[in-house]
Amino acid sequence: MVDIRLASEVPLFDIVADSTEPKHLVTPGSLITKETGFMRGHGTYMQDDCLYASVAGVVERVNQLISVRPLKSRYHGEIGDVVIGRITEVSQKRWKLDTNARLDSVLLLQSVNLPGGELRRRSAEDELSMRQYLKEGDLVSAEVQNIFNDGALSLHTRSMKYGKLSQGCLVKVSPSLIRRQKTHFHNLPCGASIIMGNNGFVWICPTLHEDVAGGFVQNLETVPHADRQAISRLRNCVTALAQCKMMLYDTSIMHAYDASINAGFEIKDLLLPDKITEIALMVRKQFEMEKE
Amino acid sequence: MSIAPQLLRGPSLMAEILLSEAEKAFIHHGDDLRCDGRTRLDYRPIILETGLVSNASGSSRLRLANSDVLVGVKVELASPLSEKPLEGRLEFFVDCSANATPEFEGRGGEDLANEICRFLQMSYMSGDTINLSELSVLAGQQCWVLYVDILILECGGNLYDTVSLAVKSALYTTQIPSIKVATMDGDQPELELSEDPYDTKRLNTQNVPCLVTLMKIGNHYLVDPTPEEECCSSSGVVVAVSGSKKITAVRKIGSGSLHPESLVSMLKTASEVGAVVNKILMKKLLEEETAGKTQKVGFMR
Repeated sequence: MVDIRLASEVPLFDIVADSTEPKHLVTPGSLITKETGFMRGHGTYMQDDCLYASVAGVVERVNQLISVRPLKSRYHGEIGDVVIGRITEVSQKRWKLDTNARLDSVLLLQSVNLPGGELRRRSAEDELSMRQYLKEGDLVSAEVQNIFNDGALSLHTRSMKYGKLSQGCLVKVSPSLIRRQKTHFHNLPCGASIIMGNNGFVWICPTLHEDVAGGFVQNLETVPHADRQAISRLRNCVTALAQCKMMLYDTSIMHAYDASINAGFEIKDLLLPDKITEIALMVRKQFEMEKE
Repeated sequence: MSIAPQLLRGPSLMAEILLSEAEKAFIHHGDDLRCDGRTRLDYRPIILETGLVSNASGSSRLRLANSDVLVGVKVELASPLSEKPLEGRLEFFVDCSANATPEFEGRGGEDLANEICRFLQMSYMSGDTINLSELSVLAGQQCWVLYVDILILECGGNLYDTVSLAVKSALYTTQIPSIKVATMDGDQPELELSEDPYDTKRLNTQNVPCLVTLMKIGNHYLVDPTPEEECCSSSGVVVAVSGSKKITAVRKIGSGSLHPESLVSMLKTASEVGAVVNKILMKKLLEEETAGKTQKVGFMR
């Protein structure tokens, strides 16, 4: 019922990750070079002809350009990325979404499929009833269509696979842990679907059927117990892998899921620190075996 | 007549988060299986460390999932309150760091801090929890005052419980210097502090209360709500349970109502859960003490 541990008993989660330490690790304010003639890239600043790091991360050099890749950052969008966002604001002809980026992303009324046919003019009535389609708090899956000059993302949902999300569970992880893949929508064999947003938002829900996705209706019926169990277990597997800084994609998640079942762990056991490292080690072993 | 929505919402538990209708439905329908696989009466794992702050008389840091609290206790000599000349006292102060959520910036966290402070004060008021006469040095003239400073570093739901466990752990480790009343110089007594820094005494914290938050979701109630669950629930109770299973204070949170029957059963459950939490916490604190001096883990990991 209650599990209290001393901090000294908790295993280090990074034992699972590769132990090769990156060479040029810097913290904000540390000197990168005193030499002149280098170009100032992202994550650096110039002071008294010296180049300093403005973020904590790894120094990267391409010819004369020096930049620092941050260890932890907000989502840096790219066109074509699948993202999951939460509506924060409904304004004129657009919705504002939180996508874990530096600025709120924008979903224009003209870049969504409205009910009743794909090709339809957006009328003033559509503009007035925007809140009926999507309101504050709603979750949407979408694709990055464009990046504005200020870095804000413009999204679109003009495909049947995107749209409002129904019942399920959202897990937030670091965007850098999501592996880029051909598809970010997976129907997993364990009886649940997963959408891995490139922005680090992972959506786990009961198996999606092609024909119902993409609309603006939410199914509020009770989810069967077996589905819930699969969803909960997947959720805990994803958080466990994320805590150990393991890359997230369908195979790694399924390995974690299978490992947790084979080891006989209960779903709630996967919250415990020692079980988390155990799962991560098992997944890693599985990958090593497959490599051979 | 219209009422501002913030008045209807009642005292806020923490930063409000947004959830969609479907997510709320998903949480509501969870039949003794919550989103993270826990049953209704399960806590998330708790990580505890004491003695992190070297210049405090007692300190602890407690993490419950993503809720992170640092508590320091400082003892000081002061004159006792005139209505309680034979007792020392406890003073609580809660600080919500803006690091926890941007909403705490400026005076944003003040309401929440005051609420937690008041409730802690209330739950320690009962005579069974802590023997305040232990803190008396010289009747009516000098006593120890324990300043309990609570710093909320991160909010991940269930702040009341996290804070109370951290406070209890910090009080458990608090060292109160031994003091002797030396010669009376006329009317003025002279106090002599022991020269040995290890010559200290400790409080009996066996009965110090733990707070148990029960949130009502649908027709059921659950312990240790996540922020998402807090967002789904309209009402709940925070119950202070002492080590001897006694309830020392109760407070309702949220704007919703509670049926008398469910309130009684919630209080009963809370006192049972509280007793278990108390017991396990005391066991762990003893374990850490007997393990002796080990390398402190702290914040760098």
